Amino acid sequence: MALSGMFGRDGPGPLWGGGPTPGLFYNFPGSRNTSGMEAKQVTQSPVVTGSSVLGLQFKGGVIIAADMLGSYGSLARYRNCPRLLKVNDTTVIGAAGDYADFQHLSSAIEQRVIDEECMNDGFAYTPTSLHCWLTRVLYNRRCQFNPFWNTYIVAGLENDQPYLGYVDKIGMAYEAPSLACGFGAYLALPIIRDTMDKKGELTKEEAVDLIDRCMKLLYYRDARSLNKYQLAIITKDGVDLRGPIVSETNWEIAHMIKGYE
Amino acid sequence: MAFSDMMSYNSMKQPLQDYQAPNQLHFNPYDFNGGTILAIAGEDYALIATDTRLSQGFSIHSHDNPKTYPLSSKTVLGCCGFHGDVLTLTKVISARLQIFEKDHNKQMPTSSVAAMLSTILYYRRFFPYYTHNLVAGLDDDGKGCVYSFDPVGSYEREVFRAKGSASSMLQPLLDNQIGGKNQQGYVAQPLPLERCVTLVKDVFTSAAERDIYTGDSVQISIITKDGIKNERFPLRRD
Amino acid sequence: MAALCAEPPKGGFSFENCARDRHQAGQIPFPLARYITYKTTHHSIGWGECTHTQKNTNDNVHMDGVVLGADTRATEDTVVADKNCAKIHYLSDNIYCCGAGTAADTEMTTQLISAELELHRLNTGRIPRVGTANRLLKQMLFRYQGYIGAALVLGGVDTTGPSLYSIWPHGSTDKLPYVTMGSGSLAAMAVFEDGFKPDMTREEAMKLVRDAIAAGIFNDLGSGSNIDLCVITQGKVEYIRPHEIANQKGVKQGKYLYKRGTTGVLSTEVKKVEFDIIGTEIRRHQPMETQ
Repeated sequence: MALSGMFGRDGPGPLWGGGPTPGLFYNFPGSRNTSGMEAKQVTQSPVVTGSSVLGLQFKGGVIIAADMLGSYGSLARYRNCPRLLKVNDTTVIGAAGDYADFQHLSSAIEQRVIDEECMNDGFAYTPTSLHCWLTRVLYNRRCQFNPFWNTYIVAGLENDQPYLGYVDKIGMAYEAPSLACGFGAYLALPIIRDTMDKKGELTKEEAVDLIDRCMKLLYYRDARSLNKYQLAIITKDGVDLRGPIVSETNWEIAHMIKGYE
Repeated sequence: MAFSDMMSYNSMKQPLQDYQAPNQLHFNPYDFNGGTILAIAGEDYALIATDTRLSQGFSIHSHDNPKTYPLSSKTVLGCCGFHGDVLTLTKVISARLQIFEKDHNKQMPTSSVAAMLSTILYYRRFFPYYTHNLVAGLDDDGKGCVYSFDPVGSYEREVFRAKGSASSMLQPLLDNQIGGKNQQGYVAQPLPLERCVTLVKDVFTSAAERDIYTGDSVQISIITKDGIKNERFPLRRD
Repeated sequence: MAALCAEPPKGGFSFENCARDRHQAGQIPFPLARYITYKTTHHSIGWGECTHTQKNTNDNVHMDGVVLGADTRATEDTVVADKNCAKIHYLSDNIYCCGAGTAADTEMTTQLISAELELHRLNTGRIPRVGTANRLLKQMLFRYQGYIGAALVLGGVDTTGPSLYSIWPHGSTDKLPYVTMGSGSLAAMAVFEDGFKPDMTREEAMKLVRDAIAAGIFNDLGSGSNIDLCVITQGKVEYIRPHEIANQKGVKQGKYLYKRGTTGVLSTEVKKVEFDIIGTEIRRHQPMETQ
């Protein structure tokens, strides 16, 4: 405070060119850093990424959808990336963000599912328990400043009741009757919430229609999306994983646009 | 290499190396998820209220996420700020409370919950839980009590307190209406529960008018010797 | 002024020596060029940001008109600064403009361009075109390199029919059948993408714009309160404010009247005032709004 008061934001300036600044720590030229060790770089930025995941509850089940694009920056690099993982007959997760982190966690989850099965004690992952576990894993990694760069949506049935949970890379988690991450939170969620408010509880067909409307909308407006998506419907009959689905688009209005002035 | 000695020393003690090597910060481990909490201590009751909106930036995550957490039959925690820390903190507290209950075969008294929360918060002094906390409940004499905390564990017992995104709007009104501040000839008298509930609804209605992170509905928990009663009251949804 | 000009003109005719020549011809006394150095003080002004961010304006073309819409929330950081502000601004009798971004910038920019359009109308004797307003706005905003934080939606009807533009703070523009701007623009655009049809009736278009603004109000925290609409057709403007009160203000449960004597009296002084009665009038007491 005193420094900024007297000398402005950058302090008093060095005593000589490249020399020490009064009141601040000085690192000798050529030395690495104060602790004598290289800074360990842990947090990459995401590399191959997925965009939105949508999820919503309907009468007797849950539906979750994600498109199949793996973007490499602005490059539409991989066009056949499944971003939904069927964990068991009552649980599906969808992931946005870094695809490698998702694959890493996927194999960890799959191994844990096998381990659970080997126990043969009748216990298996439920959406709630998996969501809770993911929350702890992601929060733990954020505390190490080495996050899994993902947002997960957990969908499933818990005691025959629809369950939908959200976790992001800093361990922020909650449950809601409709969820979306990435651009979907801005574009699709308003439409989903409005429809669910107006119609009350949706039927399965209405839910599938709504998801298709929203995936189409995301394809129109999200530059990191693809018109090819997967859909998982979780009911008491099990998981119905559909896709790849290509929805019918309409470019009629393109002909109405002439020039910019 | 000049640092080889040090490196080999450290490679033997892997955790130490992890501890000493500076990690480059690339992402922000914190966020603010909004929400307002408010607690008032009465003669034979305590009241704690929260709005139910969970938000981030300019978007609403959830319309139905109250930020109060019942800890026992006579203690409720209000906790808002960064929701990731809120979840972790509430999990740690309930684990510690369970251990206490198994050890001592009784529920932890409210004053002890507050003291414990203070140490839990200070334990993370240099990577704090970014949470604003209130503990409301009944003390050992059956009187209402409210404890308010800062994010790193400083705490005190108070009669009324607002925390969270609209706290600066609520607190002055409570100071005036319950504390009698800026009122000449004000005679302090016990606040009846009905008036207290009405006041809480009104201050939240006002906060929802002006604070974008407060809205959807307010959940009021009333703690008496008979247990905890919850009540919901709708707020603006925009 | 020319004599004081330090820089020589670059090309074109130079009249610099005319005065000297005339002087040498003995006609006029030669003026002494004096260079005056001004001592200027530069005040650094603290650039505190005072932004009422107005959000979420939207609209939509249909067959013979445009529908402009806006919410009525203005915010200063996370606090609502104005619960019922008007974001649809007048440009001319046939052109209106919705503004998002810094409130002062949208207001002053639209006022300035409105004045320019009126002068243009008086000079040409013609009804200004929407394209003209667009060009004036984009050229002004481009000149200020984005420092004027006005994100505009411009709509109107002229001899060429209805047209609709979005104008960005840096001066780029889009001419599209439906556009949205502001913090709620994604929610609103989602509604447009979902529900837009090329040949809508006036009622259909108004309903769609209403739904789009409502999506912003309920899903975006930067938007809120009411819905304003402005329907412009050939020779007619309907400015509907509010079109819908999307959020009712909460009703107070308690009473908060203070007892007489609550405000402390520090000192009292009574003075007699001499007066004559000139006339009397009885007025009804208007109670102060305390809600």
